[in-house]
Amino acid sequence: MDTLVKPESQTVYIRPSSLTDVSMHYCPGCTHGIAHRLIAEVMDEMEIREQTIGVAPVGCSVFAYNYFNCDFVEAAHGRAPAMATGVKRVLPDRIVFTYQGDGDLASIGMGEIMHAAGRGENISVFFLNNAIYGMTGGQMAPTTLPGQKTTSSPDGRDVESMGFPLRMSEVISKMEGASYVVRRSLHDPKNIRLAKKAIRTAFEAQRRGMGFSMVELLSTCPTNWGITPVESLTWLEQHMLPVYPIDDFKVHPGLVGLKF
Amino acid sequence: MTRELLEGNFAMAEAAVRAGVEAYFGYPITPQTEILEWMSHRMPELGRAFLQAESEVAAVNMVYGAACTGARVMTSSSSPGVSLMMEGLSYIAGTELPVVMIDVMRGGPGLGNIAPAQADYNQIVHGGGHGDYHPIVLAPANVQEAIDLTVTAFDLAEQYRSIVVVLADGCIGQMMEPAELPEMRPVKTARPNWAVTGAVGRKARSLSSIYIKPEDEEVANLRMLDTWFRVQEQEIRFKEYYLDDAEIVVMGFGTAGRIALSAVRAARAEGIKAGLFRPITLSPFPSERVFQIAQKAKSFLVTEMNSGMMLDDVRLAAKSRLPIEFYGRMGGMTPFPEEILAEIRRMSTEILSSDGNGRLRWRNRMQPSNN
Repeated sequence: MDTLVKPESQTVYIRPSSLTDVSMHYCPGCTHGIAHRLIAEVMDEMEIREQTIGVAPVGCSVFAYNYFNCDFVEAAHGRAPAMATGVKRVLPDRIVFTYQGDGDLASIGMGEIMHAAGRGENISVFFLNNAIYGMTGGQMAPTTLPGQKTTSSPDGRDVESMGFPLRMSEVISKMEGASYVVRRSLHDPKNIRLAKKAIRTAFEAQRRGMGFSMVELLSTCPTNWGITPVESLTWLEQHMLPVYPIDDFKVHPGLVGLKF
Repeated sequence: MTRELLEGNFAMAEAAVRAGVEAYFGYPITPQTEILEWMSHRMPELGRAFLQAESEVAAVNMVYGAACTGARVMTSSSSPGVSLMMEGLSYIAGTELPVVMIDVMRGGPGLGNIAPAQADYNQIVHGGGHGDYHPIVLAPANVQEAIDLTVTAFDLAEQYRSIVVVLADGCIGQMMEPAELPEMRPVKTARPNWAVTGAVGRKARSLSSIYIKPEDEEVANLRMLDTWFRVQEQEIRFKEYYLDDAEIVVMGFGTAGRIALSAVRAARAEGIKAGLFRPITLSPFPSERVFQIAQKAKSFLVTEMNSGMMLDDVRLAAKSRLPIEFYGRMGGMTPFPEEILAEIRRMSTEILSSDGNGRLRWRNRMQPSNN
């Protein structure tokens, strides 16, 4: 006869101490929550929560400072890399990161991101690309796909009159000041694990003083894409990956083979 | 310390260094570029932060970030560059951070030219950026005052968690005259209890200009307004010359005020009872004092290097039927003392109108000329 043995309980999932214990305002199925959690888990693992200063953008993640349990400042639209520069130049021993969406980073903040990368500013940038403006209600972004319908491209993005999607990781990886530029995606568990590793590598690059690091994270926006959360994951895979391939665009030789 | 022959821009930059500025971010623009140039070697030499930003937009946002750490920070620019900084200044005001900005004004609007002007008065004194806030604005009339007010600016900025603008012009920035620099102050190491420095052994902090609930924004607006009332009560600064028995009181700030002093002295030599009132704080404006002077004087002559921007504040403050005349030069032109003297002479003999149309009468008399 088998005896019923109560298995020893094992904790498999806890809130990282680098996240605050509040509910996030993000829509169901949005991947901002995943990105926040990955960054927080890495901060916990590296034990850098008390040394880290985050810079929030304007967009859906404008309230990121409510969710991270570390010091934070909130920038003007697109200016997070400039603000992060100001923080880092005064406090060079702190870990400084920006968290920016595609409208913030690739449209209004194009000047600031390019020059921060060009200077090799020793900050880390987490760039959430969901190919649309979320907070203002689904307008065309610089990363909107050709033909993609938005509230300001109602017949689909016509590249003849509205231009082409911008591939920021590819562009920024050409900068001598950049140490680590990669694109990852948040549409399935395997890619989420790879994204976390990239976030860790970006922080490691900063900690080693290697200069500018950026992780582009392909993200979903079910609300403004007008589809369900599950359909969004598939849509990302089918439509975004061909335009925005997951790749390592630049990796400083000192980061190759790092174990953590 | 001894008096040295100093250029205004270098003098203001070095004054900021000696006041303990820890970070400078700027962008080249004439006629203030010497400030940036001075900082580019002086700050690294002292182990302090200097960065030439890619634009004034970036510079002011770097200042915003650095100010969040509680450090003494500054930027400098000139009129078109200051326009670009307005976004950042509004955010800095909304976050209630201490920041010093030097504006070395030039002719405008638009690209204008690089000659001295005072036409940023409305933009700076009456806010500039969006939203409800008041910067403290200090107007130097000579290199010594530019030095002293730059030092004062840092202290006021920290005392009130406010933007303080040193509103100079191309004359002040470019001219050389004897002046004395202050002693080097030690850089402060203590950080205020609101500063974002990394949450070492304390609860995490954040700094933001966002108050998503209007109820909260109104509370913040009222707090900033209360701070402003304290500034108005405690920080009014001005200079008076020959006002005891003055019948014609000339009013001008900065370079225009300095030139007017020569005209007032010449008028006195001719037996005309003229005096000069020179506001140093343009914001808060010395309205109470202007009101008192208006009770005794027979007339005012406001003189500026713009079309009469401070004139409106003087009229508001005077609350009087006293005749207020205006004389201005615009577009980068600087008045000669003789031009202001001619106005004083005219006012001493003519019957003056109290109709409030001094600006229009000036325009009708005004003939552009080469200086």
